[in-house]
Amino acid sequence: MTYLKATTFLIAAALAAPVAAQQAGGRLDIVVQPEPPGLMLGLVQNGPTQLVAGDIYESLLRYDTDLVPQPSLAESWTISDDGLVYTFTLREGVTWHDGTPFTAADVVFSADVFLRETHARLRSSLAYVDSITAPDDLTVVFTLKEPFGPFINAFETGTMPIVPKHIYDGTDYANNPANATPIGTGPFKFEAWEKGSYIHLVKNEDYYIDGLPYLDEVFYRVIPDAAARAVAFETGEVDVLPGGSVENWDVPRLTQMDNVCSTGNGWEFFAPHAWMWLNNREGPTADAKFRQAVMYAMDREFVKDVVWNGYGKVATGPISSKTNFYSDDVTIYDHNPDKAKELLAEMGYDGTPVRLLPLPYGETWQRWAEAVRQNLSEVGINVEIESTDVAGWNEKTSQWDYDMAFTYLYQYGDPALGVSRNYTADRIQKGSPWNNVEGYDNPALDAKWAAAATMVTPEERAAAYLDIQKEIIDDVPVAWLLELEFPTIYRCDIKDLVTTGIGVNDGPRNAWIEK
Amino acid sequence: MWKRFSSNMGAMVGVVLLLAVIVVALTAPLLFPNGPWQMVQRPFLAPMAVDGLPLGTDTLGRNVAAQLAYGARVSLLVGLVSTLVALLIGVPLGALAGFYGSWVDEGAMRFTEFFQTIPNFALAIVLVAIFEPSLASITIAIAIVSWPPVARLVRAEVMSVRKREFVDAARLAGLTRPRILLTQVLPNTVSPIIVMASLMVATAILLESSLSFLGLGDPNAMSWGYMIGAARTVIRTSWWLSFFPGIAIVITVLALNLIGEGLNDAFNPHLSRRRARAGKEKA
Repeated sequence: MTYLKATTFLIAAALAAPVAAQQAGGRLDIVVQPEPPGLMLGLVQNGPTQLVAGDIYESLLRYDTDLVPQPSLAESWTISDDGLVYTFTLREGVTWHDGTPFTAADVVFSADVFLRETHARLRSSLAYVDSITAPDDLTVVFTLKEPFGPFINAFETGTMPIVPKHIYDGTDYANNPANATPIGTGPFKFEAWEKGSYIHLVKNEDYYIDGLPYLDEVFYRVIPDAAARAVAFETGEVDVLPGGSVENWDVPRLTQMDNVCSTGNGWEFFAPHAWMWLNNREGPTADAKFRQAVMYAMDREFVKDVVWNGYGKVATGPISSKTNFYSDDVTIYDHNPDKAKELLAEMGYDGTPVRLLPLPYGETWQRWAEAVRQNLSEVGINVEIESTDVAGWNEKTSQWDYDMAFTYLYQYGDPALGVSRNYTADRIQKGSPWNNVEGYDNPALDAKWAAAATMVTPEERAAAYLDIQKEIIDDVPVAWLLELEFPTIYRCDIKDLVTTGIGVNDGPRNAWIEK
Repeated sequence: MWKRFSSNMGAMVGVVLLLAVIVVALTAPLLFPNGPWQMVQRPFLAPMAVDGLPLGTDTLGRNVAAQLAYGARVSLLVGLVSTLVALLIGVPLGALAGFYGSWVDEGAMRFTEFFQTIPNFALAIVLVAIFEPSLASITIAIAIVSWPPVARLVRAEVMSVRKREFVDAARLAGLTRPRILLTQVLPNTVSPIIVMASLMVATAILLESSLSFLGLGDPNAMSWGYMIGAARTVIRTSWWLSFFPGIAIVITVLALNLIGEGLNDAFNPHLSRRRARAGKEKA
């Protein structure tokens, strides 16, 4: 325990005062797209809210780009050998932005009361939790009903934002007037929000790590049009384009400018994974041979290079290489049209047309669908693209009215959090465009997924997930495409912007501008 | 008639251009047997950069020349079919309204006005969005927004023709009214309809391109509007992707307009002579 404390303290010290001379001061203009519906991270957890509110709110831990937990509000932590008791020691001298001291009671209130009610994704992890207690002001103990390996990944800002008890206890959370002026413990304080224009955050002078943050202020700029965002970056009006804020085709042009850097890092925690749902219920896609043929027919390397400008990685299976327990010791589907033709001949594919539903998120996804259609038609599969808007896409996928449909989902660091939900039968839900939309039903694998989630040691879990990956990859319930990377584009004199697994979301904490 | 038409320089240029587009459209499968969607080379190759790709490649490395050729098929097909359908709706309605008058006329014209009050393009967008974009739905949508002027034109022509003496003569000869309409009146309204139809094809091609540009084209059919729409995001780095389909649209629409103008002059020699004289006087 003391040893752990000592090492984590060292890490914290290293983060706080590294050797290179960081320079304090300056302001950062970051694009936020679209404008967030609200900034109270405990109530709203969509992408833009996480981007902005990740500077205001904090959780117990942070995660580096290898998803190794780092101290944040918790200074150190221990997990009991049976995997049931998580004990966190909180940092001393932390205050909320309004000056009230932060204590263990805030953590218990947030996790046990507030977020249980408001945060659906966390709720499914909290189902494993028996009790959350605060023996003293600086200690929080989570006791689990059964071991749940991925629980250590639940302490990320967007997953478990710690909210102030003194403001929310006993109130109607959704209608609390304080939601408009969020109060957190983070490195930046909320200053102003000019709707349709910008959100202004200023440095938290009382931040509990000396010297941090370096920046004086951060502006999140709302610019509704993708081309206008690219121009704003070119003219120097904004300094940072977070992933996905400009069209992919603009990325090479912008990154070739002077003093412009880009990185694909900062998405490790989310690990956005793209695939095509193949309708397992009916039509040619119900045949595993057909699904394997689709995998061999696609030239995914080409799509990565051309459509995604080389960002990302060809997916080998359901688990992203950035997520824990990934293995590439599985059947690899390379681009092999002959093999695809063979498989189609074996199954006796008769040319029945299959419908392909692109994701209605702009040109990139449309081009991707065209490339897939061309690949498939080259091996003799008859593909028709259906065009649709977001509402139509939701309707068709949730009513299972499709043959092949593009999608991508986050993985949250652990297969039990973000992967198994897409393949187990209990997540088949007509009316929902999420999770097991393809209708894959394999009871033997369901049992394996469930067992792997509650194993105690990482070694056991790794073995279990390897077994699962080998089996499911041969079955091809969905056609895995790419591990997506949304490049963050920024001026090179901004340093240390992307240092964690959630990238720009909590990046301004350590960022500094070289003068 | 043909003599007058063929002596019109502009009209003949139009015919030659249109024939060229038609030939390209018809021979597209022979020239590019692999279709317009095949990814043949590196993306964003400039025109003439590589042998065999005179117009370069697009965002996915597809042959722009092949796309243009197949796009011609879609443009011409949609233009012709939607005009035919519009004529099938507009001509009978206008003829009945103009010939029978009274409440038939009232009813038909109110119905027509109902369609005329909604802006063409907005209505076309709504229709395509409702029916899901496909060649059939686009063609029908264009037909639905373009028939009202036809109905009005035919009505006016029929109204003027039905008062002529030969119509009275036909009635005295004992012909039934529907027969008079079909055999005596309508044939005398054909020339303005032909002129109008040639211009409608041009408008339909523009409408189809605009719809595709907005992403409401048939995703399985290569069209010029689609090409420009897809090239819009890269217009600053790859001009040729929007330039060539743009030129193709200009040429085709110009050709059809020249032909329409020539037909108009050929059918109305008095008008054209008067115009020529007026031109000279001005000069």
